[in-house]
Amino acid sequence: MGMTMAEKIIACAAGVKEAHAGDIHTVELDRLMSNDGTTHLTIDMYNKLKNPQIKDVNKLVWIVDHNIPSDSPKTAASHKKMRDFARENKITFYEGEGVCHQVMMENHVRPGELIFGADSHTCAYGALGAFGTGVGCTDYLYAMVTGTSWLLVPETIRFNLHGKLNKGVYARDLILTIIGRISANGANYKAMEFAGDGLASLSMADRISICNLCVEAGAKTALMEVDDVAMDYLKAHGREPKALFTSDEDAVFAQVFDIDLGEIEPIVAKPHFVDSVVPAKECLGVKIDEAFLGSCNNGRLEDLRVGAEIIKGKKVAEGVRFLVVPASQTIYKEALKEGLLDIFMEAGAIIMNPNCSVCWGSCQGVIGEGETLISTGTRNFKGRAGHRDSFVYLASAATVTASAIKGEIALA
Amino acid sequence: MGKAFRFHTDVDTDQIIASQYLLYPTIEEMKKYTFESLDPTFAERVQPGDYVVAAENFGCGSSREQAPSVLKALGVKAVIAKSFARIFYRNAINIGLPVIVCKDLYDAIEDQEEMEVSMEEGTITAKGQTFTCTKLPAKMQQILDEGGLIASLNK
Repeated sequence: MGMTMAEKIIACAAGVKEAHAGDIHTVELDRLMSNDGTTHLTIDMYNKLKNPQIKDVNKLVWIVDHNIPSDSPKTAASHKKMRDFARENKITFYEGEGVCHQVMMENHVRPGELIFGADSHTCAYGALGAFGTGVGCTDYLYAMVTGTSWLLVPETIRFNLHGKLNKGVYARDLILTIIGRISANGANYKAMEFAGDGLASLSMADRISICNLCVEAGAKTALMEVDDVAMDYLKAHGREPKALFTSDEDAVFAQVFDIDLGEIEPIVAKPHFVDSVVPAKECLGVKIDEAFLGSCNNGRLEDLRVGAEIIKGKKVAEGVRFLVVPASQTIYKEALKEGLLDIFMEAGAIIMNPNCSVCWGSCQGVIGEGETLISTGTRNFKGRAGHRDSFVYLASAATVTASAIKGEIALA
Repeated sequence: MGKAFRFHTDVDTDQIIASQYLLYPTIEEMKKYTFESLDPTFAERVQPGDYVVAAENFGCGSSREQAPSVLKALGVKAVIAKSFARIFYRNAINIGLPVIVCKDLYDAIEDQEEMEVSMEEGTITAKGQTFTCTKLPAKMQQILDEGGLIASLNK
């Protein structure tokens, strides 16, 4: 019986020949990422253990990104706890270098790895053929102490991509279309696998954006076959694969979708659900108070280039705040070198340091009562970006930037 | 008996506990903000032994373990939904908060009505009716029986 990519990665991590959907396996984790959203609580639980110990400190990566720099004495105290613990225990530690998933992609993720991240968007690592899945701090702590965990092998939904996206249509539009089609729990407990001839036309930025958002359909993980584009990225960042897996021809999929990339159009997810998607053209004219270009989903150099090209020589609409947040220091520096940040600043945008920003509704840039945000962030839940009576629309970097210029939802 | 606090479908973890409270030092300091965006009076009204009842996909979104933790800290005895999002479900079991899949309760019960869960029998009683719950997978029942995942580390 053939196996899917997800089944092969779990079989490898469990040290067994075969794994199939529905089986439960004890697995050896390759890497354990945690950020400032929950690590202070993990440390408190760790310190209360009878025999606190870290199985393999080399697997741990801790990243302060959600509220960096800290916004209150309480946050500062939680950051200090994390910083001190990391130093004492020699844990690989980043603070301010970027959004955790971007930092992980740039520095750590390898194809074939099984990675727990104490953050739901850990599924982004599938862009490099790694099984990343989000966990809470108790699962994280257990893995930190034992080096292992248990996993229910997920069924896989396969998406065969064909053709190419049209000009002016982006990976964000594709993944929002897919989430709209299968719904916010359409992939609950399942893996979403992307393959097909259309994959070759997608950049690493596109692929990370697609895999990253799969948790918004409930997915346990997202996976893409590792091709030349992925291998080039890996080599450019000085890493080698752990293992390269593809699904067998006779692998069993829960569902198979064939998607013609040429049919995708600009999409907006309306408040307050990510699967509440409509063609962007149906939202034209909705007044906005703030626009956000950034996050682990769309804060990469490619996204900043798209935005800069649209806004060059133009101005942000009066009364609108346009936040531009590169997803990492590496991206920030490149954008600076390319002159992109100059373009945004001349247009009146606010450039901020790499962090999770308003995407997670804390940190900075939060919106007030009755305000509307258009965002390349990951979620548009009620109150997600600030006040409980505020509104978030999700869209591509192009739609967000065009909207910032017009002061209402607009197409580039 | 406890009261049912009834919520809709796709309740995400941002609604259970919003981002701006997550970096507070302890769960105790966060718990009074539970469900703030949906019902700012929830944390004051809920009593130990009460229940949260919801429709589909309860706990979707972020992996924040603070979500089941604040519910447990407020004394919520169990969450009963038609279905749960994966990470919330796993987190709840890990910290010892019972999460129960029951397809029929939500449509039968009103907000604030009395109900009782029998974990041993896998049934819920409300409005003089008995509802059958879906059994937990054996692995998860074992974690719950042990008092959560951390208990197994302290053996």
